[in-house]
Amino acid sequence: MRLAGKGLIDRSQPVTFTFDGTTYQGFRGDTLASALLANDVRLVGRSFKYHRPRGVLTAGSEEPNGMVEIVEGNQQTPNVRATVQEVFEGLAARSQNRFPSLKFDLLGINDRLSPFLSAGFYYKTFMWPRPLWEKLYEPLIRRAAGLGSLSGKHDEAQYEKAWAFCDVLVIGSGPAGLMAAWTAAQAGADVILAEEEARMGGRLVSDNLRVDGQPGVEWVDGLLAELKAMPNVRLMTRTTVTGAYDDGTFGALERVGLHRAPAPHLPRECFWRIVAGQTVLAAGALERPIAFPDNDRPGIMLASALRTYLHRYGVVPGKRVALIANNDAARATARDLMAAGVKVVAILDTRPDASVVEDCPVYMNAQITGTAGRLGLTSLTCRHAGGTATLEVDTLAVSGGWNPTVHLTCHMNGRPLWREDIAAFVPAPDAVPRLTPAGACTGTFSTAGAFRDGHEAARKALAALGRAAPEMTLPQAEDAPYAITPFWETPGVEGRQWLDFANDVTTKDVKLSAQENFRSVEHMKRYTTQGMAPDQGKNSNVGALAVLADATGRGIPQTGTTTFRPPYVPTSIAAMGAGGRGAGFAPQRFLTSDQASRDRAAPMIEAGLWYRPSYFPKPGETTWLEACNRETRMVRDSVGVADVSTLGKIDLQGKDAARFLDLVYTNTFSTLPVGRVRYGLMLREDGHVLDDGTTARLGDHRYLMTTTTAAAGLVMRHLDFVHQAFCAGWDVRFASVTEAWAQFAVAGPKAKALLATLLGDMPDLPFMGVTDVTLGKVKARLFRISFSGEEGYEIAVPTRYGEALFRDLVARAETMGGGPYGMEALNVLRIEKGFITHAEIHGRTTAFDIGMEKMVSAKKDCIGKAAAARPGMVGADRDQLVGLKATAAMGAGAHLFIPGDRVHRETDQGYITSVCYSPTLDAHLALAFLRNGRARHGEKIRVVDHLRKIDIVAEVTDPVFHDKEGVKLRA
Amino acid sequence: MRLTCPLCGERDRREFYYYGSEDYLNRPAPDAPPQAWDDHLHNRDNPAGVTRDLWYHDMGCSSWLVVTRNTVTHEIHAVELVADRKGGAA
Repeated sequence: MRLAGKGLIDRSQPVTFTFDGTTYQGFRGDTLASALLANDVRLVGRSFKYHRPRGVLTAGSEEPNGMVEIVEGNQQTPNVRATVQEVFEGLAARSQNRFPSLKFDLLGINDRLSPFLSAGFYYKTFMWPRPLWEKLYEPLIRRAAGLGSLSGKHDEAQYEKAWAFCDVLVIGSGPAGLMAAWTAAQAGADVILAEEEARMGGRLVSDNLRVDGQPGVEWVDGLLAELKAMPNVRLMTRTTVTGAYDDGTFGALERVGLHRAPAPHLPRECFWRIVAGQTVLAAGALERPIAFPDNDRPGIMLASALRTYLHRYGVVPGKRVALIANNDAARATARDLMAAGVKVVAILDTRPDASVVEDCPVYMNAQITGTAGRLGLTSLTCRHAGGTATLEVDTLAVSGGWNPTVHLTCHMNGRPLWREDIAAFVPAPDAVPRLTPAGACTGTFSTAGAFRDGHEAARKALAALGRAAPEMTLPQAEDAPYAITPFWETPGVEGRQWLDFANDVTTKDVKLSAQENFRSVEHMKRYTTQGMAPDQGKNSNVGALAVLADATGRGIPQTGTTTFRPPYVPTSIAAMGAGGRGAGFAPQRFLTSDQASRDRAAPMIEAGLWYRPSYFPKPGETTWLEACNRETRMVRDSVGVADVSTLGKIDLQGKDAARFLDLVYTNTFSTLPVGRVRYGLMLREDGHVLDDGTTARLGDHRYLMTTTTAAAGLVMRHLDFVHQAFCAGWDVRFASVTEAWAQFAVAGPKAKALLATLLGDMPDLPFMGVTDVTLGKVKARLFRISFSGEEGYEIAVPTRYGEALFRDLVARAETMGGGPYGMEALNVLRIEKGFITHAEIHGRTTAFDIGMEKMVSAKKDCIGKAAAARPGMVGADRDQLVGLKATAAMGAGAHLFIPGDRVHRETDQGYITSVCYSPTLDAHLALAFLRNGRARHGEKIRVVDHLRKIDIVAEVTDPVFHDKEGVKLRA
Repeated sequence: MRLTCPLCGERDRREFYYYGSEDYLNRPAPDAPPQAWDDHLHNRDNPAGVTRDLWYHDMGCSSWLVVTRNTVTHEIHAVELVADRKGGAA
């Protein structure tokens, strides 16, 4: 029911929304929970296990009952808390975990079966026969229990992530947070004030409080206007700080678009990482319920939540209200409701000695012994100092005291401390470096106390930042003491008393846990699932602890708490991983020839982050292999053009560049003449091959190194390490120029003729030579190197000319019977020639293994040399690079066995790293590592690939199948 | 976690690549016995407390860094350039 003239909602902006298909009206500023209560909808869900009818318990993000599905188009978001979801025009919500309807739920039978369904029931009952657990029992149980459901479709909505930095982060905008922010802001600090709710103010806007004689709401609005006007203050509403991490870093979830009709370019949520010099935690406190029989009916709510619905939303959920409490503070609920004209039937105070002076009956030493009402509260029975009573009420306000919101102070291993006087945990001192808790989250519950606390915390933060705190007078506000006598559960009564509403855990379950010797709080949690629901037991953990402490005869501090971990509220993975979906998962690198290749319908293959053409299909070719075979023959017979720009290119300069290369390469580069290129092998310090490639000497003090595509970044890091760690004083500097140059291989017997048409004056380059050339006015480099085994050149131009040059080279090649070739043919060409790639130098092979031990110079030291010579790194028991030749296809990853041997791990002789069909030799070829392989050329070996179902015999050969003498290379 | 790069300032750990113990800086002589190389390459302490390890500012200035930090408290005590280290100017 909505009260006239009450609340902070915007009555000029009505909105319509649906819940379970029924249309309702609310106002802008309503949450789904407040709007439903305004429409007298009290039943919002069914409980997790017993399918009990449930209503809203709280008015905040800790809500255990009011979880709904939000439907947007073909998407549905489960387990959205109705107390957090703001209403907007067209919002469609529906209840969950019920069938066929909320009011009549078939699985409500579980509630009747409850004597059998206590904690541990499933574990004990469905143990046998074992295979049925996965196939039958668990799926059935999961369907019966459980929360909302997913759409099963991709979440196509937009999410974002962002970083923010500030001097002072203030978490929470109640009186303590506002005062901390105001103090820090006036000192000139860069301040972020983060508030979970849409409206700042905390209890100042949810309670009937006065500040400096003004209504709390007006005072808050005045202060916010001032803060908003300050350039050094950022106010972040709808932003929940979810976790505290090292060095002043915090995670925060902002609900950006979730309170309005979906807009195409508005993200639903943004996940922030906020880095703060100092932080004031003013997270407040959460009220906790009291356990009594059937304390979970719709209409039973927290006392503070009733005040929030009254003051902030102008809503009362019923006409006849009672209050049960163990503290003074909760009486405000009864007083405020009476002031608003709502009938308060009685106050039930669990304490024997509290004041009875109120405008309604007050029962002392009162306990609730039962409640009634199938789909909502209709009456309760109680016993009290003067006897027993039955009260006809539709709403019951409950307050078992307050739990300071200590969660963030526990995220870095801090354990909260028990304070007997307030019967609650408070943060341990210095639990999180550079963070000061203030206000209710430290157990300071009065408004004036919160102002003082917030101000002091800000002063401390400012001092740590080296800033002077401003002189200011704190506002006047209530400073009442907080008087509480703990009352957790109702003794000596029949019936189930709920602790964790979200997971349907009762006091009986906790006692059963203790009885079955799950007495540690961590064991009890897992045995009963207490605190393991989406709300993480925010209302219920402390009550459960108290029951466990009592059942085990220990005190609460001795019983201890479970560990609070991030995130503080459920956080969508979509928000944390924003931008990382689909193509956003990894950046894509495109060659300058990319469009030219796609114009020729070349399928692309990923090489690291690069996309390279796989092959260039011709009309009539139906398989990749036909194209590959044609391109391979084309290079062997005429000329082919391939983009090889993905190879890493590192420009090294300085007087010690030669010396540096001698240190990182196994072979010698100081002796390389200017204008020549040398193949180099690089080891890791542990003696295994790191990378290979060609390095050209461009001048006395200048080299250009190429790395493999895969290892370009790795090699750069390695060079930086070797330089900075071992020879930082040497005169050498280097930079990656991979992206600066587009480079094309021109290979085949007609390569030279093709280049002559391009360059006009074709230089007479020896094999492994390099020279500058000009293409028109463009300076280019021409290398005579070959990865195909044919006479080959590579021509490099500045990147911006890459596409034009590629199209030109391909056009010229085609007039000579050649054309472009892709990665498939490139791979065949190099296997035929026995050239290695990272398939062979995969991190476990040594220079010896690949037959290059002679490339490790005896005359000088190099990285990896000592380790490469260690026992076990060379010798006949190593797997050595060989070629395999067969008449049927082999598979990379296949293992090798001596024919006749059992196929077994212990008889394994090696493995295949690369395979191809060779059109040049009309044979299937492979490169493989075979035990003592170099001594076994000519042997037959069995190739077994269980995945591809291959089991054939191949011939062991030299790894160089084609032009072993290199005649064609040097032509 | 945040590291203060001596060249770039305080940055989030996502900008850095973690390598391993600073032992990697103490390269034995080429003719040192295999045991010395084994220790250098493979044998590591696993301290609960102060440790010194190598990080690379690969999203920043490409500096290799020696970070002195506490594995228990997560405190960062010092971040130094590998290149500034004594003996680095071999």
